[in-house]
Amino acid sequence: MSRFGMAIDTVRCVGCMDCVVACKTENKVPEGFNRDWITEEAFGNFPNIQLEIRTERCNHCEEAPCVDCCPTGASHYHDTGGVVLVNHNECIGCKACVASCPYDARFIHPDGYADKCTFCIHRVEKGEDPACVSVCPTHCMTFGDLDDPNSKISKLVKSRKWHVLKPEAGTKPHIYYLT
Amino acid sequence: MHELTTTRHNHLIDPVLHVWGWEIPVYLFLGGMVAGMMIISGYFLFKGKTKNTDCSCFLAPLISIVLLSLGMFALFLDLEHKLYVWRLYTTFEITSPMSWGAWILLLVYPALIANIIIRFPDKLSDRFPKLKELSNKFAGKYFLIKNIGIINMMLGAMLGMYTGVLLSTLAARPLWNTSILWLLFLTSGLSGAAAFIHMIAKDVEERELLAKADNGFLTIEIFVIALMLIGLLTSTEVHKDAATLLISGSFAPVFWVFVVGLGIIIPLFIQLLAVNHKIKHTPLAPVFVILGGLILRFVIVQAGQVSHYINAHF
Repeated sequence: MSRFGMAIDTVRCVGCMDCVVACKTENKVPEGFNRDWITEEAFGNFPNIQLEIRTERCNHCEEAPCVDCCPTGASHYHDTGGVVLVNHNECIGCKACVASCPYDARFIHPDGYADKCTFCIHRVEKGEDPACVSVCPTHCMTFGDLDDPNSKISKLVKSRKWHVLKPEAGTKPHIYYLT
Repeated sequence: MHELTTTRHNHLIDPVLHVWGWEIPVYLFLGGMVAGMMIISGYFLFKGKTKNTDCSCFLAPLISIVLLSLGMFALFLDLEHKLYVWRLYTTFEITSPMSWGAWILLLVYPALIANIIIRFPDKLSDRFPKLKELSNKFAGKYFLIKNIGIINMMLGAMLGMYTGVLLSTLAARPLWNTSILWLLFLTSGLSGAAAFIHMIAKDVEERELLAKADNGFLTIEIFVIALMLIGLLTSTEVHKDAATLLISGSFAPVFWVFVVGLGIIIPLFIQLLAVNHKIKHTPLAPVFVILGGLILRFVIVQAGQVSHYINAHF
C-alpha cells in the first residue's frame, strides 16, 4: 500500500505563488477560486518575531471528515496513495463536505460539484510530481510515498522537525510543514 | 502580535464559511416541525383518540406532508448539482447523517400517508368518495391503527433527531459539534408542533392538553439550551469561542431576544397563565413558539458556520 503525502519546507518557501499559478493552469481552476494558496503567519513582539510562510491545500487526511459525511460516496479515498478525491458525477453539491473540512480546503466549482486539490493524481499516476511541486523555484515541496521508508519524503519527515495543521481536529493530515 | 494572512478568497468560503443560506435552516425547521407532528399524532393514534372525529391526528399528517415537501424543496434548492440528486438513493453511506436522512425521509412519506388514510378530512372525502371507501378499510382495526401510531412516533423521533445529528457530526464547526444538538432540535420540533396543532385543534380538551405539553417541551428546551452552552463553555478553546458567539457575540441579540425571550420564555409564561385559566388561550403564544423555532435554526446554522478551529499554527 502507498500513502501519498507532501512535505513543505517553510524555511525555503518565499510565498512566490508559483504553485498557485501552476495549479490553476494545470487543473483549469476557475477564476475566483483556488485549490492551493499562500498563508503567512507572523507571531511575537518586535524584534523577536517569527514568520512562517507556507503553501496550503487539501491535507488529504487519513481520517477525512469530508469522506465520512458524503451522502453519495462521491468523496472517497483513491486506491492509489489514499488521495482524497471527488467523483464529479456522483456529487450532488450538498456542501456537507465543505462544512466538514477544518481547513476550508474545498469549494463549490461553478459547475456545481465540490472541488479541491487532487495532488494532481493524473500526473502522479504517470510518475510525475504534482504541478505545484514541479514548478517551485525554491524546491520547498517534496511529494512522495510516506509508507516507503526510502522515499525522500519519509527521510525528510524522519530527520526534520515538522508540524501539521490543526492536529487537534484529529484528521491525520498528510501534509507536513518542515520548520 | 499574531497575524495571519492568506491569498485564498474562495467564494462562499472566505472570509468566513457561508455555504448554507436560508434553505438549510428552513428545511431543518420544517423537518423538525413534521417530526414533532408525527410524534404527537402518532401518540393520539396509539392512545385510541381516533374515535373522536375532531382529533387533530387526522389533519396533522396532511399538513405534515405538505410542510415536509416544502422543506425538501428548500433542500433541493440548496443543492448545487441538482440533476444528480438521485445519487442519494443509489447508496447508503453509514457514516453520513445526510444519507441516513435521505432514507429516513423515504420511510416517512408512507408512514404519513398511512396516517392520512385512516380518516380523510370531511371536505376531501365528500368530494372524493373513493377516499372514504379507502378509509373504511381501516374502520375498527384498532390494532393496525395503533401500530401506524407507533411507526409514526418512531419515524418522527428519527427525523427530529437526524436534523440535529446532521450538523453535530460536522466537527470542523465547534458550535455544531455538541452531542446535545439532536435533543435541542427534537424538543424544539416537538414544541413547534404542539404549538401548531394547538392552533388548528378543534377539540377543547385536546387544545388544553397540547398547551400543557408545549409548556413541558419549552421548559425542557430551556434546560437543553443551558446544558449545551455549559457543555461548550467547559470544553476546548474553540468550543468556548463558539458558545461566546451566542452568549455575548454577534449572534447574542437575536439569540437572547428572539430565540430565548420571545420564542420560549414569553410564550411559556402566556401558556402557563392560559392552562391555569388566568387568561384565555391565545394564538400569540403558539405563533411566537413557531417563529422562535425557525429563528433558532437560522441562528444555529449561521453561527455554526462562523465558528471554526484556530487557523494559526504558533
